[in-house]
Amino acid sequence: MDIRKVKKLIELLEESNLTELEIVEGEESVRLSRSSNFAAPQQLPQAVTPAPAAAAPAMPVSMAPAAAAEPTVEEESVPEGEILRSPMVGTFYSAPSPDADPFVALGQKVSEGETLCIIEAMKMFNQIEAEVSGTVVAILAETGQPVEFDQPLFVIR
Amino acid sequence: MAALEKIVIANRGEIALRILRACHSMGIKTVAVHSTVDRNLKHVAMADESVCIGPAPARESYLNIPAIIAATEVTDAVAIHPGYGFLAENADFAERVEKSGFIFIGPRPETIRLMGDKVSAIKAMQEAGVPCVPGSDGPLPADAKECLEIGRRVGYPVIIKASAGGGGRGMRVVHTEAHLSNALQLTRQEAHSTFGDATVYLEKYLENPRHIEIQVMADQHGNAVHFGERDCSTQRRHQKVIEEAPAPGISQQQRDEIGAVCVEACLRIAYRGAGTFEFLYDNGRFYFIEMNTRIQVEHPVTERITGADLVREQILVAVGEKLSYRQQDIQFRGHAIECRINAEDPDSFMPSPGLIQGFHAPGGPGIRMDSHIYDGYRVPPNYDSMIAKVISHGQDRDMAIARMRVALDEIVLNGIKTNIPLHKWLLRDPGFLRGGFNIHYLEKRLVEKARAV
Repeated sequence: MDIRKVKKLIELLEESNLTELEIVEGEESVRLSRSSNFAAPQQLPQAVTPAPAAAAPAMPVSMAPAAAAEPTVEEESVPEGEILRSPMVGTFYSAPSPDADPFVALGQKVSEGETLCIIEAMKMFNQIEAEVSGTVVAILAETGQPVEFDQPLFVIR
Repeated sequence: MAALEKIVIANRGEIALRILRACHSMGIKTVAVHSTVDRNLKHVAMADESVCIGPAPARESYLNIPAIIAATEVTDAVAIHPGYGFLAENADFAERVEKSGFIFIGPRPETIRLMGDKVSAIKAMQEAGVPCVPGSDGPLPADAKECLEIGRRVGYPVIIKASAGGGGRGMRVVHTEAHLSNALQLTRQEAHSTFGDATVYLEKYLENPRHIEIQVMADQHGNAVHFGERDCSTQRRHQKVIEEAPAPGISQQQRDEIGAVCVEACLRIAYRGAGTFEFLYDNGRFYFIEMNTRIQVEHPVTERITGADLVREQILVAVGEKLSYRQQDIQFRGHAIECRINAEDPDSFMPSPGLIQGFHAPGGPGIRMDSHIYDGYRVPPNYDSMIAKVISHGQDRDMAIARMRVALDEIVLNGIKTNIPLHKWLLRDPGFLRGGFNIHYLEKRLVEKARAV
């Protein structure tokens, strides 16, 4: 297949909100796929219209429409592991007090039940504990940041 | 609107969108709090900020008071609009909102409490000179003999109602004295398990009642007005199906009289915000049954005939503005009808959640559609089945009906079942077209329809 055609297809994919694009031309076929990204659930969505139909190119295509109805603001790739999600709405604090060291650091080994952070709501401080033992491979919230229910906070492997 | 920069919309679906529209048109920022399954709601996408407050079950999300207040805190919002249903008439919620330093868009917690207890509400209304249904005038005593006495005094048939109930729940009709004590026991048990309060009272069961309600609005400066009545007699199992304004056959004089009585009652109880006095209208007389201390589903029909924006007014009143309307400013023009579109089987009434594949809204003169749905929206199974309201307006009732028929013919709503066929059938029913029927009419016609098959 002509490399220029492939380049054009890549552009098409990037400009759209498709995750996958497959073109079959006679015996040849090309399939392009976005890297699978974990999208952090948003607190600040933009005004969104439901996935619009992408402009159809001249050749026959099979398209996989975008998986989520909402495009994501930041597409962070999150490492593999157990995701600890926030069980409540509140403000995330990584340390027990402003001057203290954070509960955990990246790469630190933690055991099940160990406190990883505090979430504060209505003047009450709730300790959030690890659900599994392992190594902290990602810290997804910053101290002082508001978090919502189900928001990923840590990844432990 | 300096005082009110950001409001949390503590609700979902069409009313959340309605509140968002009012806020944005007033330059007020919005925070949409939602459950995990409601991330794709239209108003969530349009809000300035959104906060997921819990999983799908309402108890853990839309009824989760700490989560909603926490969301208000972390977003620095100033007020909370509760919509209808969920926590809208929860006095504890209203109280906690205010104690946390936020504005609750609605009446004061004490008023919600007063009107939430149906026995105390009736007492307060009687004292305010509002006519009530003859009844036990208070909770039914434990003593079975005394209850029999009360039943005899009021006269059969009677209806037993849970004091902590309302909205059609926790009620039982008793036709003869022989059935009274059994019915009492059952209703008390149900009341206890559903509402946590076994207190019941008794009223005369009116044979030919129409459900006619009066919309009121009161500010924090001693002003109150009424916006006329709505006829909500088209009901199935105490759930409204079609509402209209004005009520057929009610004269301007009757409207003025009952309206004035309601306004007076508002001032007496220092009411704040939007409210609805519900009456049973029988034989030319109004009988108070309960008051709803919130904005109601059917508020659009009142908006269409008066030109008012009731949700906007709720917000203005909540921040301490004076009412935008004086009674003499409120005029009634034409007739409006609202059809509640539910995601349900039109014959069995079983809920029909699922993916909407193919949606086109109706339009044209006199047509308004209040709905959050869109093509590709998935109706979740976790919440009530109402997905849209279609409202028609015309210079008279016939025109409103004609326009509604066209609108229902125009709507495209594929992928799920809806009660649109039921509405189409009703809008051709001779009894409906005559108007002025009672609250049992729809159920009677449905039984006849089922038998005719």
